Amino acid sequence: MSMIKTKDLTFEYIRRDEEGNVEGITKAVDDVNLNIRQGEFITILGHNGSGKSTLAKHLNAILYPTEGTVWVDGKDTAEDEYLWDIRQSAGMVFQNPDNQIIGQVVEEDVGFGPENMGVPTKEIWERVEESLKAVGMYEYRKHSPNKLSGGQKQRVSIAGVIAMHPKCIILDEPTAMLDPKGRKEVIRAVRALNDVEKVTVILITHYMEEAIYSDRVFVMDAGRIVMQGTPQQVFSQVEQLKELRLDVPQATLLAYELKKAGLPLEDGILSKEGLVEALCRL
Amino acid sequence: MLRDITLGQYYQEDSVIHRLDPRVKLVGTVFFMISLFMFNNLIGYGLAALFLFGTIKMSKVPFKFMVRGMKAIFLLLLITVFYNLFLTKGDILWQWGFLKLTKQGIETAVYMMIRLTLLIIGSSLMTLTTTPNQLTDGIESLLSPLKIFKVPVHEVAMMMSIALRFIPILMEETDKIMKAQIARGAEFESKNLFKKVKALVPLLVPLLISAFRRANDLALAMEARCYRGGDGRTKMKPLTYKKRDVVAYVVLLLYIVALIAVGIFTEGSLLKILGLVA
Amino acid sequence: MPIIVHHLVHEYGTDTKLNTLALDDINLVIPDGQFLGLIGHTGSGKTTLIQHLDALLTPKSGTVYLDGEDIFEKDYDRRKLRSSVGLVFQYPEHQLFETTVFADVCFGPKNLGLDKKEAELRAYDALKLVGLEDEVFYQSPFDLSGGQKRRVAIAGVLAMQPKVLILDEPTAGLDPKGRDEILDCISALHQKKDMTVILVSHSMEDVAKYVERIIVMNKGKVFLDGTPKEVFAHYKELEEIGLAAPEVTYIMHELAAKGMAVDTGATTLEEAKASILAAMKSRGHI
Repeated sequence: MSMIKTKDLTFEYIRRDEEGNVEGITKAVDDVNLNIRQGEFITILGHNGSGKSTLAKHLNAILYPTEGTVWVDGKDTAEDEYLWDIRQSAGMVFQNPDNQIIGQVVEEDVGFGPENMGVPTKEIWERVEESLKAVGMYEYRKHSPNKLSGGQKQRVSIAGVIAMHPKCIILDEPTAMLDPKGRKEVIRAVRALNDVEKVTVILITHYMEEAIYSDRVFVMDAGRIVMQGTPQQVFSQVEQLKELRLDVPQATLLAYELKKAGLPLEDGILSKEGLVEALCRL
Repeated sequence: MLRDITLGQYYQEDSVIHRLDPRVKLVGTVFFMISLFMFNNLIGYGLAALFLFGTIKMSKVPFKFMVRGMKAIFLLLLITVFYNLFLTKGDILWQWGFLKLTKQGIETAVYMMIRLTLLIIGSSLMTLTTTPNQLTDGIESLLSPLKIFKVPVHEVAMMMSIALRFIPILMEETDKIMKAQIARGAEFESKNLFKKVKALVPLLVPLLISAFRRANDLALAMEARCYRGGDGRTKMKPLTYKKRDVVAYVVLLLYIVALIAVGIFTEGSLLKILGLVA
Repeated sequence: MPIIVHHLVHEYGTDTKLNTLALDDINLVIPDGQFLGLIGHTGSGKTTLIQHLDALLTPKSGTVYLDGEDIFEKDYDRRKLRSSVGLVFQYPEHQLFETTVFADVCFGPKNLGLDKKEAELRAYDALKLVGLEDEVFYQSPFDLSGGQKRRVAIAGVLAMQPKVLILDEPTAGLDPKGRDEILDCISALHQKKDMTVILVSHSMEDVAKYVERIIVMNKGKVFLDGTPKEVFAHYKELEEIGLAAPEVTYIMHELAAKGMAVDTGATTLEEAKASILAAMKSRGHI
């Protein structure tokens, strides 16, 4: 079943100079057609300013398309009456953990979404407990978010979204401000969510190694989707990715270099285990 | 110095005071503040101080945290004391130009200092033991009668709680930007007032930009989590009075009664205490 | 000018129940012209350490000597210190405030008391060093892209012409190309200007590629100190404290474990490639 679908999605904004005169029109998202199925793990890659975040904000009705249509769980995001349904079924986690935590105590923050939805008190507590357990933060429920590490804060943010029981979770560069340890924690939590709870995941990132677990990868440039496919398919296009200001995981790059030097390796090796295995098979 | 402001910071601890209903703490703080202006004698102040320190002891918050809050408003305290000390009319003890040291001045200054100190420590204690969310709930619930007059009680309470949550974050940010500009040779310690104001530009511009960015991010995050004002909202921690809250109200009442008793004993009449007759 | 860190101790939250030893008896000698990588996870004390090198924090005990002089001495000239040690903070673009790029970069040199002309000359040089084109000079810094803003901020520090350049995670939040551009630029500066560079980073791959010496910090102490090869040979200890070696180090170790004659000391992609190819050649695969 289709979770998120876009048809000819275009988003334009008008650039103005200091006097307010129109300088030009920028297409931040340009003719994007997506069809994301329930339960999929999708990664969207793209350099700074490629339009990934703008696209993401369309997927839970924070922005509305200038042209084209977005359907979330079959509902058109441009229709006002579906607004809250859409925001509930497609939760969103943002980049800066400090700017999205509302509560001063972990559990109060996780309860914020359900409170807004009008969930009865007893059920809020159940949801908070199960969400914090799902991201491994239950023992910190009474802590102040200010005292947590970046990775822990982001896991609290994810729990805050899960507590709303969404069908889909969109993460807009959730690991950009974290250290490697924090990044691993967050990615592990997201993968568990997808594997165990079958939540559809759309992960936007700059870190190539985070994309290798996904079912499909989309690459954006200048508002368009310029590459798509499985991680193997996308990461075998090393040269093209570099032109798009991106990269490939280090194991993939090494495999690519070795192949160029004459070793008969297959394309799209993604992990160090994969490379070691392939080399030993030779 | 900026880090020293304790007002608006929650101190995590498991104590009776922390568990009290926020409405009790709010009402208690307000009455405590009023009580400080009800009398003008040392016995009264002693009673108020005793009440406050008893509460602090029960809250398990280290006393140092309260004192740190005092440091930040030290200047304000000094000005108030100075003003009262030298500009109160009365029996002149010592005079220098227009500055007159009077008996009444010394008395008022000492009382003022005690009052302000107790007042600030008292309100710090409330914010240190109550999470902003609880505070919001408390204010919202206490002010809810005003909804009849179309006062946006929920929104005001939410705004206050967010402001409180961002105080420590913006403090940290200020510290960071300040250090970054010092590393670029900026001086914030200049004695010259004009230079001092000018030196604030490299601090305030980035700080304002950052505050707006954070506000914008936060608004987006709240909307994405279905926030749409107070209507139809349920509560994770609804306010219900427990036995301990009733006990706290009784203690508060006893305190007020004791103060009034002390007042009648020392000043002779209740009307005089309330300042209704001279 | 060598930097000598001598028994440096720093404590946060002194006399509260939350007091923590952020730096615990740090001793280091950083010779002139070294390209040094400082790694460690968040809270390990890296940022606290580099702030001491610019006297932005005062130690509880111990001190730092720059060129033989104690920088925490009462009459030590702080202005001189800040002109010799340039510190670029994390997300430095958040400190920009002027109306034009050029004016912002002039801020540092002007604070040093240089006249307008000299300040502008330095600003011009600095902007060229970070590879910004003339047409952005008079734009508002807030209209630039993330990568450009960051270069402006770095130029703002370079314009003070420091001998020592310290950068706290200069690539945070940038896309892969942006990361490479900034690091290449810093590496070029190191070579051209013969500067001492201290790079705080989370990326082991970057550190392995660029620096000549790595200091690993953990819980306020120096955990490891040596060349990238020496440090990454301890990859198991690194994992115990929540860090990791570059991907290629693991690949080389696993290959060696499977009986391939590869150099397990390889830390960069080029070294790994050369070593694997040599091993394959000896087995007759090429």
